[in-house]
Amino acid sequence: MKKPRLHRERNYGTIYALPIALWFTVFFLVPLLVIIVFSFLKADVDGGVMPLVSLDAYRNLLRPRIFRIFFNTIWVSVVSTLITILMALPCAYFMAKSKAKTFLLILVIIPFWTNFIIRVFAWKTILESNGVINSLLIGFGAIANPLPLEHNWIAVIIINVYTYLTYAILPLFSTIEKFDFTLLEAARDLGASKIQSIVRVLLPNVKAGIVTAIFFTFIPLLGSFVVQQLIGTKDMYMLGNEINDNIYKYFDWPTAYAIAVVLMLLANVGLLFVMKNDRKQAKAASARRVDDVDDGPRAPRQAISVAGGR
Amino acid sequence: MKGATIGILGISKAFGSFAALNDVSLDIRKGEFFSLLGPSGCGKTTLLRIIAGFEQPDEGSVTIDGINVLPLPPNRRHANTVFQNYALFPHLSVFENVAFPLRLKNTKNSIVTAKVNDYLHLVELGDHAAKMPSMLSGGQKQRVAIARALINEPSVLLLDEPLSALDAKLRHHMLMELDAIHDKIGITFIYVTHDQSEALSVSDRIAVMYQGDVLQVGTPHDIYESPATNFVAQFIGETNMFEGTVRASMGQMYVLDVDELGRVVVTDDRIYEVGERVSLTVRPEKLRISPDEPRVNGRSDINVFEGTVDEPIYSGFQSKYYVRLSPTVVFRVFKQHSDYTDEEHDILWKERVHVSWSAKDGYIVEGHRN
Repeated sequence: MKKPRLHRERNYGTIYALPIALWFTVFFLVPLLVIIVFSFLKADVDGGVMPLVSLDAYRNLLRPRIFRIFFNTIWVSVVSTLITILMALPCAYFMAKSKAKTFLLILVIIPFWTNFIIRVFAWKTILESNGVINSLLIGFGAIANPLPLEHNWIAVIIINVYTYLTYAILPLFSTIEKFDFTLLEAARDLGASKIQSIVRVLLPNVKAGIVTAIFFTFIPLLGSFVVQQLIGTKDMYMLGNEINDNIYKYFDWPTAYAIAVVLMLLANVGLLFVMKNDRKQAKAASARRVDDVDDGPRAPRQAISVAGGR
Repeated sequence: MKGATIGILGISKAFGSFAALNDVSLDIRKGEFFSLLGPSGCGKTTLLRIIAGFEQPDEGSVTIDGINVLPLPPNRRHANTVFQNYALFPHLSVFENVAFPLRLKNTKNSIVTAKVNDYLHLVELGDHAAKMPSMLSGGQKQRVAIARALINEPSVLLLDEPLSALDAKLRHHMLMELDAIHDKIGITFIYVTHDQSEALSVSDRIAVMYQGDVLQVGTPHDIYESPATNFVAQFIGETNMFEGTVRASMGQMYVLDVDELGRVVVTDDRIYEVGERVSLTVRPEKLRISPDEPRVNGRSDINVFEGTVDEPIYSGFQSKYYVRLSPTVVFRVFKQHSDYTDEEHDILWKERVHVSWSAKDGYIVEGHRN
């Protein structure tokens, strides 16, 4: 029997996605493969690689100095991310509730019109021993000798937070803006204190924004190197600096690539963990199917006397 | 009886230059189903939010069982709210939504389970505990919101237009259910609505509000039959309103000279001076419409006017007629359908008819304003 022909909307999704797929293949997938493959080759003396399979690059990573750099990278990135998110949350909340949203959004974005390195140097003039802060404090007689604000972890973390605050505020702002603030009133009404209403109602409902903000902050921080180079000391080197040095100073490309591969794995562990969590929740949610959506009028119960009473 | 008395004394509230409430005072009794009724912008929701603690009044006081609650934050008041758009927590299941107030108090798990199940049964949602709010229909969401607001055993339940998001049939059903829940748990309900039929059918008493003022407080019967102002008469149900002058009085019977209509008799137990300007209201269902002149049998307390049917509107259980008595005067008349009628034929468009009513069915609106 012939099936009746149905009008069906053709799905052109594949075709629409083609340009970006091509772009990603050429400029993302191929370089990624190059990085992975090259990390398993032998370094040439003046840069580049020799077509010889070798684990030298990974062996190079098993040194106490690299372990220390590894440790630095992790704790500095984690602490910077935590501070950034903790500062971005109230800021985004305030922006989302404000009547001058667009204006505040522009204020947050404006610093991006200035080159990043120039902004880091600006921080240098603020933090250095004869910089703005120290001059003011000495001028007012609050301190006799300049505070050591430069060349230390505090300086690096301050600038990291400053740099990534915008990246954290933007996704948080866009999720909190969609949040229904009557839910906070409902929570307060039901007995929650101000803090309880934020922790138990606001935060779970803007989780997606928080996760995005963490990714936008934590992952670039793992590979950062400029701030440490300009403001820090050699003791504050992170993996990003090590990659930089291996390419430009030691001409050891495979080691640089091996560090990049380890960094990627590190970043993806977090990503996979969050995605797995989300999928679990989605599965649990879809398991709870709607069995009757319709709850139209049913027979009035005995307790209800429509005619009597009033 | 459980529930609290609520005293609202001299509450005023302005938003910028807009006066939302002007010196509003109300006494709400223990266990009462009390409605705040009025058109949007009348201040009824603002008043509810002041009782709940979401707004602070500029002046006045709010007491629950005699205790001034204005210094207390919303979470420390024994009043819970059912919000207009339910305000269910989307990240929590139905069970956890209802359990929310108990979780805040770190209640033991076994007690939470028992109590939540009790309240889910009260609103007939026992089978839906595990669902997320997004999977529920409007009516079901409303029930969850009610269960959640009741589980703390408040002495007052505040309902902010709780049925406005539901369709007409479900709305009526939920209203009856709210009434049943009120009868069962016996706490004070303060119900905000702009729908006069909702307010009339379930309230013990109603406060009619308009532009930040309370115009009248009374039982549904009082408010419908004896409206305090022209606005109340016109807002609650449909009515025919006239202006006129008192011409003569004989005991409780008054003869009015109604503008553009002439002599009308009306009974009223209040005292009016001859020459006083008054408003007269007659409800459309109290008018009798007939093709032939009604037999008055010499009674002097019947008003009869002749006019032309402008437009008959058939609406199932009744017909509505617009009867034109003069170029500017049109009567609204409702007539119930039944076989037991004394007319020979149906009333048609453009037909000459008689409209009549007894003096007792007219009502002089005292507060000659609005």
